[in-house]
Amino acid sequence: MNWVWFYRLGSPLWFYQTTTRWLPWLSLLAFMLLATGLVWGLGFAPQDAKQGNSFRIIYMHVPASFLALVGYFLMAAAGAIGLIWKMKLSYMVMKAAAPIGAALTFLALFTGAVWGKPTWGSYWVWDARITSMLILLFLYFGVLALQYAFHNEEASNKASAVLALVGTVNIPIIYKSVDWWYTLHQPSTIKLTSAPSMHPDMFQPLLVMILGFYCFYVVALCLFTRVEILRRERKTTWVGDLIGSSNNAVEGEK
Amino acid sequence: MKFQFQSIGHLLDMGGHGFYVWSAVIVTLIVIIGLIVRPLLQHRVVLNQIAQELAREKLRKKTTGEGN
Repeated sequence: MNWVWFYRLGSPLWFYQTTTRWLPWLSLLAFMLLATGLVWGLGFAPQDAKQGNSFRIIYMHVPASFLALVGYFLMAAAGAIGLIWKMKLSYMVMKAAAPIGAALTFLALFTGAVWGKPTWGSYWVWDARITSMLILLFLYFGVLALQYAFHNEEASNKASAVLALVGTVNIPIIYKSVDWWYTLHQPSTIKLTSAPSMHPDMFQPLLVMILGFYCFYVVALCLFTRVEILRRERKTTWVGDLIGSSNNAVEGEK
Repeated sequence: MKFQFQSIGHLLDMGGHGFYVWSAVIVTLIVIIGLIVRPLLQHRVVLNQIAQELAREKLRKKTTGEGN
């Protein structure tokens, strides 16, 4: 079995160089998908028979909630890989995923609140789905806070990873909350096992937005991870070479 | 596929739901842009810090070298 790819994946230098090459293209793709999806969803999708135009919030709410959950799994998986194989890069990815996940969870809660007001008549209800999303936000905050709670980097990495892993219990609860409890929140529009309960004219822009959010998430995760890589690898020769070459470039311009 | 609104006014109003829809759009854009701009700014700050450290190191080596 050839494990070279696995070791390469663990190399911060390899990650930094590869993302330098790919990030511009991925950013462009994310921008185009998000712009298309937003214009399509806000202006061209037909309005909902019951909810009118307020349903258009779905084009931001569903992708943000989706990536908040996927991002949590990714963060926990990165933490697990760090704990098991002591992979440096893995902990950096875990640390990078926390602020992005917190921001997306906040976005899901906010867009949910402004959707709830015209639909249910209230910005906030202590309902199973919404409360479990709030817990997700606190879990992200917990992982962020633990990063700064220890002087020892190794200790803070391990503590964050353990919290992230324990918190994954919450993910299936969020996912199933609309089926397990009687709740105001509508059941999932998209299911893996059946056709979406939505007209294709409404569903297609949503799919574009979800793809756009996925690309955006990867871009943001790479950008945050790159900062973390530079911070932790500052003493290495390749970072020194990187700075040297960029300084030469600036001097060359003068 | 056709544009659903007769005018810009109608688009902004969203059938009376304009406030809710557009505040969701604005906050979404702020979050997306923020999550891109913040690491880019940090990246620059960290690079500058490392460059300063390296310059200081170089200077220190130079001065101690002359002292001998």
